[in-house]
Amino acid sequence: MEQKKYWQHFGELKNSEAYQESLKDEFSEDLTIASGNGLMEATTPRRDFLKYLGFSTAAAMAAASCEMPVKKSIPYLNKPDNIIPGVPNYYATTFVQDGNVVPVVAKVRDGRPIKIEGNDLSSLTGGGTSAQVQASVLDLYDTARLRFPLADGKEASSFEAFDKMVSGAIAATAGKPVVLLTSTQTSPTTQLVIDGFLAKFPGSRHVQYDALSASGLLLANQASYGKYAIPSYLFDKADVIVSLGADFLGTWLNPVEYSRQYAAGRKVAAGQLKMSKHIQFESILSLTGANADERFIHRPTETGAVAIALLAGLGGAIQAPALKDERLKKGIAATVAALKAANGKALVVSGSNNPDVQVIVNAINELVGANGTTVDWSSTLQTRKGSDKAMADLVQDMNDGKIGTLLIHGVNPAYDYFDAKKFESGLKKVPVTVSFNDREDETTVLCKYAIPDHHFLESWGDAEVKSGYISFIQPTIAPLFKTRAFQTSLLKWSGNDTEYGEYVKAYWIKTLGSQDAWDKALQDGVIEKPQATSASAYNGAAVADAASKLASTKIGDKTELVIYSKVSMGSGKSANNPWLQEMPDPITKATWDNYAIISFAMAKELGISVDDNYEVETFKPVIKVKTAGRELSLPILVVPGMHPGVIAIAVGYGRSEKTGRAAANIGQNVFPLVGFNGTTFDYHRTDVTVEKTSETYDIAYTQTHNQYEGRKEVVREYSLTEFSKKPGVLSDERHKLAEDYAKNTGDYRVEGTLYPDFPYPGPKWGMSIDLNSCTGCGACTIACTAENNVPVVGKSEVMRAHEMHWLRIDRYFATYRDDSGGDDLDNLNVVFMPMLCQHCDNAPCENVCPVNATNHSSEGLNQMTYNRCIGTRYCANNCPYKVRRFNRGVIEKCSFCVQRLQEGKLKAKKENRPLETGADGKWDIKTACQQACPTNAIVFGNVNDKKSPISKIRNEEQKDRLFYSLEQIHVLPNVSYLAKIRNTDRHVGVADHAHHEAAAAAAPGEHATPAH
Amino acid sequence: MMQHRSVVRNILSLLIFGSLLMSPLANKAQDGKQLFNQKCASCHAIDKKLVGPALKGVEDRWPEKAQLYAWIRNSAAVVKSGYPRAVEVYNEYNKVQMTAFPELKDGDIDAILAYINAGPVKKDTDATGGAQPAGTTEGSDSTMLFGLLTLILGVIALILLQVNSNLRKMSDEREGQSTAEPVPFWRNKAYIALSAIILFMAGGYITFQNAQGLGRSKDYQPEQPIYYSHTVHAGINQINCLYCHGGAQDSKHANIPSVNVCMNCHMGIAEYAKGPKLYREDGKEVDGTAEIQKLYQYAGWDPESKQYTGKGKPIEWIRIHNLPDHVYFNHSQHVSAGKVQCQTCHGEIQKMGEVYQHSDLSMGWCVNCHRETKVQFADNKYYSIYEKFHEDLKNKKIDSVTVEKIGGTECQKCHY
Repeated sequence: MEQKKYWQHFGELKNSEAYQESLKDEFSEDLTIASGNGLMEATTPRRDFLKYLGFSTAAAMAAASCEMPVKKSIPYLNKPDNIIPGVPNYYATTFVQDGNVVPVVAKVRDGRPIKIEGNDLSSLTGGGTSAQVQASVLDLYDTARLRFPLADGKEASSFEAFDKMVSGAIAATAGKPVVLLTSTQTSPTTQLVIDGFLAKFPGSRHVQYDALSASGLLLANQASYGKYAIPSYLFDKADVIVSLGADFLGTWLNPVEYSRQYAAGRKVAAGQLKMSKHIQFESILSLTGANADERFIHRPTETGAVAIALLAGLGGAIQAPALKDERLKKGIAATVAALKAANGKALVVSGSNNPDVQVIVNAINELVGANGTTVDWSSTLQTRKGSDKAMADLVQDMNDGKIGTLLIHGVNPAYDYFDAKKFESGLKKVPVTVSFNDREDETTVLCKYAIPDHHFLESWGDAEVKSGYISFIQPTIAPLFKTRAFQTSLLKWSGNDTEYGEYVKAYWIKTLGSQDAWDKALQDGVIEKPQATSASAYNGAAVADAASKLASTKIGDKTELVIYSKVSMGSGKSANNPWLQEMPDPITKATWDNYAIISFAMAKELGISVDDNYEVETFKPVIKVKTAGRELSLPILVVPGMHPGVIAIAVGYGRSEKTGRAAANIGQNVFPLVGFNGTTFDYHRTDVTVEKTSETYDIAYTQTHNQYEGRKEVVREYSLTEFSKKPGVLSDERHKLAEDYAKNTGDYRVEGTLYPDFPYPGPKWGMSIDLNSCTGCGACTIACTAENNVPVVGKSEVMRAHEMHWLRIDRYFATYRDDSGGDDLDNLNVVFMPMLCQHCDNAPCENVCPVNATNHSSEGLNQMTYNRCIGTRYCANNCPYKVRRFNRGVIEKCSFCVQRLQEGKLKAKKENRPLETGADGKWDIKTACQQACPTNAIVFGNVNDKKSPISKIRNEEQKDRLFYSLEQIHVLPNVSYLAKIRNTDRHVGVADHAHHEAAAAAAPGEHATPAH
Repeated sequence: MMQHRSVVRNILSLLIFGSLLMSPLANKAQDGKQLFNQKCASCHAIDKKLVGPALKGVEDRWPEKAQLYAWIRNSAAVVKSGYPRAVEVYNEYNKVQMTAFPELKDGDIDAILAYINAGPVKKDTDATGGAQPAGTTEGSDSTMLFGLLTLILGVIALILLQVNSNLRKMSDEREGQSTAEPVPFWRNKAYIALSAIILFMAGGYITFQNAQGLGRSKDYQPEQPIYYSHTVHAGINQINCLYCHGGAQDSKHANIPSVNVCMNCHMGIAEYAKGPKLYREDGKEVDGTAEIQKLYQYAGWDPESKQYTGKGKPIEWIRIHNLPDHVYFNHSQHVSAGKVQCQTCHGEIQKMGEVYQHSDLSMGWCVNCHRETKVQFADNKYYSIYEKFHEDLKNKKIDSVTVEKIGGTECQKCHY
């Protein structure tokens, strides 16, 4: 019988020598003065130099009788009404990028937006955000932004002069078509502006192009439902969710909304052990796959076969193709059974861009009764409308010299179009080219004119994420640079002198009926008109054709390539955002690069041994990937859970020099490897040849950092079946602790230590993190970075384990080990665990500090006093969770957002009322990570308030799933976790000898037989 | 003599009786003054046009008292109703609408009108208030005295020791005991050690004291771009601190008022004439009117045409109270929640000409106050969460709750 082990990196799995060695030192560098060659010969005399410099400055100051510098205090001449210096204002606006739309609230201090929060008035996101949304505030201040309009590479003297030039140039094309090329366009008013503009230029057209396209889905929906649109998916209404390679929690369509729904369907409370079942079929280990209850891997070329097999199994009049993989076959059978049993409450989605696959998926959804229950056509998603064919046609037309003017907004085809060379050659044949992009990216530098659009935080506007769900954009700062709304330019060039901001206001005041209604809408940020879930008439005519096409697909036997996008980087528009670059990828934990991820089997095949050296050293072997006449050299990372025949590379890297300092010279651009089949882009390639080179390349990844020194179990996971049978498994453990260490009183907290127990008379802060809701998306990490000014250290420092994130997400692989000691590395579970300072009430860091710079507050905070810290790092060494960061000579760490706590408390005091920490949905305080979380996995509040959610979770609702990480070492954390529950019959979690037999009886094999 | 006394007594009793009779009226005028200062003074004076008309005789100008009351509560409504006097005033003052005061009751307005009729009470004390350069306090010489005394005693002790040793030497000689050659005291190792220790301790003490004082700037009183006298504003004219420093109740910063706040009043007050003479620290007299002219320069205000020229610029005040960057201090916490008086930290600001830093703003100073100050424990519902303390208060186990008790001396209350 297999047993399971939780591990973060291979050394831990094998308990190798290098791993043992690495546990010894959290800070592995030698002290510079200990190098033995004297101070000045030390490797880094910089700090010593600074010390001397500091001392001599101080001495000089003392000698100069310590004159204080004169500081000025300059109040406003006329103070704006709504600004009180020192008090931030909040404005509802909307994040828009690449068609993605997330309603947000911007915190503005003294006229500067400094933090983005989710807008909790939006019923779609509920205040949730993503890492990209959180990081977008930094893009506003990006110094690589284009700061003025350019004509022929030179600054245009004024907007008027620029308008004159462009208008003249368009007129000079003598009626040749004008084409407006944008990413998916979601704004109702912009659409009106575009319509007005196009009407002025006969023969002109608007092409929408998405680098990460959903064309296949749109075309399939046209065939199946007669609508070139994407329905609303209701993941919360589904008991069974089947995803065929759709990374809907990470990057697919509208992940913030889907994450929220998904988590809602998987909230488990004591006595209500019911949750949706999520089955993932995929070729690589995606974020969504990592969260799945059951996960099956297949070749990309088998995608169609899997879809057909599901359809056939569900009773579709169709011949199922032969699949070789036994595990996959069993998985399909089990999935069919689960879908049938779900009785209409099922949802199947696919991330494929092949319309045929999507047609089959539509047929499956029809058979399982999803149309009208979990597939809602009352409101359609507006964030993907791009047509791959229209884009290809445009590029052809450009090359044929048929286009007179090309206006480009929000897209970068010279970088992300599969045949960028053809686009570039076409662009040369277009007489007038104008780019509205925010920087001199790959496309803009090729355009004759460039007139940068505002950042969204400087803009007026609106966006319709789904039909009937409008959110508004209002400026939170005056434009930093000489930029102009792209809609204003269109209005001007079509002879309308209205500013777009005025246009938006006028339109909405008219539509909503009054100024007051508009003011209210702007203040709320969203207007929603939800409608009852409805189906759409289904037409199965296309199924047979699609099935036969898919059945004839040759299933590859060589290496296949998957081109995917990362949660942090997306299509690469934010590549110059260092916060996102330094965010560890949820699966690989790598920062600042893209790379080829491969399986263990392929590594072996290529002659790469995944030994100690592979893991401990940062340099990785470089391979050459060749396909369709193109070639890339990339380092590899070995990831378990990959299909052995698959290699995957993320898009968004390999940006040009002018994109910005953070983006340039990082990774390789993999977009040129994307295929095109005449209708849609193909993000898979067959017939790929891979060969190992002798070169190596450094990858900065964090998976070997911050180890728990072999202590366990840090993380807890159970299967739904086992947990239903033994819901007291965690509380039993706690009783056991009390029995062992608190023999007299039975009170582990008080008796388990030498130290006295301190009563917490007022508020006592606590956080609960639901591992069942956490999808590992990393929004919290970036929110924490933005809120707490966590520094970016860069790739070279990350390689030295100097990353500074106060909140990291530990990713655990859990694999089965058979009796012979072999590990089944393809069949695995992944658990994500946000790890931050646990604010231990019996904190090991506190009593080793020689200067008492870290100590405990009467509210349960583990306080870190930077100005008292002398940088011994004893505390970090003694921290069992490894959450303390050494930055510029002092230790920093999570403070539970103490600035927010103080602000919230003060607000309550000033209003002469008790503090609200979530009772009845009223919140004075949310930590940054809690606010950012799209799945409400993080709950924070006052434990001493009996009505607060945190108190209810711990004492009533979630008593069973509650655990404290490493509780046995009696550090008494103030962060509690709720155990991960997987809806499966398999045995998951650590092998437990006492219950081994029971578990074995419950799970006869490693293969799943789903519930119901 | 007796007669004289009875006369005095009679006069006194008459005075007391009279004042008793007068007191309701006087009280009314007193209330009125407060209300006038709070509500009206930013736009009106009694005998002078400011933003609004001079209010002397206002009751005579309004034929109907009810309409005047309605006007004060909501002038826009009266104008709208077309009441002739209202329309006349509205037009005369460039159609600037008067702030509405719906919260004023009839009694309040009566009080204000009574105050207007009575006119501001002149106090003799006003003439002598403020204006005196802040002198150094007497009696700081005692340290010197003690020091001198110690020195003298030390010398005496030394001499006595010498005498003692000489006497012993002599007695030893008499008894025939041979003694070593005497060591002069400046080469006596014990003395050298003793003085080294004393010097080391004294030097250490002085160094420590001075080092601790580095960066502190108690009594800092720089010369500001405009001689702004808190004595005149907060002292004599009793303008509420929060009128100008409104941030103190809402924000972490008290905020120096923007120029437009100054101009609320100074649109009308163009000269400094009636107040006491103003002097700088060095004794130089200040021309108040010239200082107001400086304000007009900054504000871009032409006092002749009573128009803004649009050429204003902000005033670059010199910041007096500076906290290090690693300290978080919030004014509203202390003013709104803690109900601490401004003077507690800023000293008798209403008696300061140019402001100086009253407290040293050191951590010890903060912490000491947090140890002693009692929080608004019973009055503020925020503290209801502290059940145990409430119980202890009820059971008389404790008599009050200090800031320290609720964590006010913990590091992360100020350092984060």
